[in-house]
Amino acid sequence: MSPAPPTAAAPDTAVSSRTRARRRSARIPYALLLPALLGLAFLVLPLAGLLVRAPWSSLPGQLSSTEVWEALRLSLICATAATGLSLLVGVPLAWLLARTDFPGRRFIRALVTLPLVLPPVVGGVALLLVLGRNGIIGRWLDSAFGITLPFHTSGVVLAEAFVAMPFLVISVEGALRAADPRYEEAAATLGASRLTAFRRVTLPLIAPGIGAGAVLAWARALGEFGATITFAGNFPGQTQTMPLAVYLAMESDPEAAIALSLVLLAVSITVLAGLRDRWMSTP
Amino acid sequence: MTPPHALDAHLRIDRGTFRLDLPLTAAPGEVVALLGPNGAGKSTALRALAGLLPLTEGHLHLDGTALEDPATGLHTPAESRPVGVVFQDYLLFPHLSALDNVAFGLRCRGADKKTSRAQARPWLERLGLAEYTESKPRALSGGQAQRVALARALAVRPRLLLLDEPLAALDARTRLEVRAQLRRHLAEFEAVAVLVTHDPLDAMVLADRLVVIEGGQVVQTGTPSEIARHPRTDYIARLVGLNLYQGTADGHTVTLADGQKLATTDELTGPAFVAFPPAAVALHRTRPESSARNAWQLEVAGLDLHGDQIRVDLTGELPLTADLTPAAAAELDLAPGTMVWASVKAAQTRAYPA
Repeated sequence: MSPAPPTAAAPDTAVSSRTRARRRSARIPYALLLPALLGLAFLVLPLAGLLVRAPWSSLPGQLSSTEVWEALRLSLICATAATGLSLLVGVPLAWLLARTDFPGRRFIRALVTLPLVLPPVVGGVALLLVLGRNGIIGRWLDSAFGITLPFHTSGVVLAEAFVAMPFLVISVEGALRAADPRYEEAAATLGASRLTAFRRVTLPLIAPGIGAGAVLAWARALGEFGATITFAGNFPGQTQTMPLAVYLAMESDPEAAIALSLVLLAVSITVLAGLRDRWMSTP
Repeated sequence: MTPPHALDAHLRIDRGTFRLDLPLTAAPGEVVALLGPNGAGKSTALRALAGLLPLTEGHLHLDGTALEDPATGLHTPAESRPVGVVFQDYLLFPHLSALDNVAFGLRCRGADKKTSRAQARPWLERLGLAEYTESKPRALSGGQAQRVALARALAVRPRLLLLDEPLAALDARTRLEVRAQLRRHLAEFEAVAVLVTHDPLDAMVLADRLVVIEGGQVVQTGTPSEIARHPRTDYIARLVGLNLYQGTADGHTVTLADGQKLATTDELTGPAFVAFPPAAVALHRTRPESSARNAWQLEVAGLDLHGDQIRVDLTGELPLTADLTPAAAAELDLAPGTMVWASVKAAQTRAYPA
């Protein structure tokens, strides 16, 4: 990390030749520039601090511990499983919201997006009340099948899916609304049933939207904390994902917490890079 | 067993303020054009025939089989109808190659990937697209995309082919060429074809019979020449204000089936159409000595006030209509039965491939 941050004047000479033609008239008022730079610093500085304070010398030792890899492995598996679950039920749900009209559709849509704004810990409590061992459905699952979801890896997957699926549904629904439904009509006139038309025409058309939604959902699931710790607990190797491990390490061993955070940061940057290349053609 | 009408339909659809009431029949091999202004209900009728829009009342029978009958609650869904549709903007599936677009319908009817492709290939070859089988739709020109759409609709061997404004998305140059090709393919098609258009020239070139609709109602039906000769509403008269003939071109001369020759300034060979507007016809009491090479002695069959013009219906070796100012008509002292000379300058005719 370079210790000398570039001054406001330094990049000006470098950039001006490139942008002069395009933005010559753009005079930025200081009243906007100042809070903008503050905002930028606020977002970037903590990450920079993470890098600056990282215990680089002890890092290899920190990262080679089995707990770290166990937590990372669990995180990746659970986030991927949660994304898979979201795809399985979220894409059909998005189709229902985008392509059909039924009474109360707007209300259902609002319900679907609720987890986006709901504090995750509330989601965890709600999951516990329904799927917990004494929950409305959980009790029956336990007695009939002997299935116990909370405080188990499958509980992590459920908690993450609960929080992450709305991202996928919203993204796919948007893609479906943008896709011309007349392609489905064209498929129908060629003898395709609605299911075939969906599978062979609609799905390929909205594939970019599904991909973007899946990546968003996966990233959200990877960072999920509140619902997971409430519903699935914090058992190393079973339900202790990376965010939980970071939180726990912060109490006892801050250096380990920083190391774990660096790993998550690296994963996030990788995802963002993949997202940018594949799904977002930024100008 | 061939029923007298391969297509026997009465399409009645109520959509609040709009009401479509369209009786429609067609014989096997017949090409019927639904012609009308925007909002006349043409596309609604086409969607109803395809099964994309349910009938409110009426019926739809194809080759003697009932496809739809609201009275008994029968509605065969689009995917179960032996119907092929060429959509206005083609709606080729953008993620599939031209070949897979054509194979799509065959696969939906149970063929596996290999068989459907093998069956689709000859259709593309027939439409002159052999080297574009692997092209994605976005790499095709408008005319090529139109032919892929036609191949895709024909590949499932429909008993009813529907074409929605098949030439509207093309530029003027491509249009001429594609129109002639489409005409050939429609002539080869053995089942019923119904095409929707607002362009009278497309309708006249492509169809055996026109059904003109306005405001959801049929205002006139007949062969292109009947409709051109005897328009019954201002809309049709304006629309089809053309004298249209079919013949064989050789250079600057088009010879009609009965031996009549028409001189044109357009140069082409082979089957051709010649068209000229009634206003291009000049009438004379004596044989004109002008440069017009197209001159015939004809008998006045009728006179009609048409806007501020007099439309003169002429019969004889080349039946045609002429538009005159009332003053000119009075000067010629025209009445039914009068013999006059009609002439048309070659420069005012249009000849194009049939």
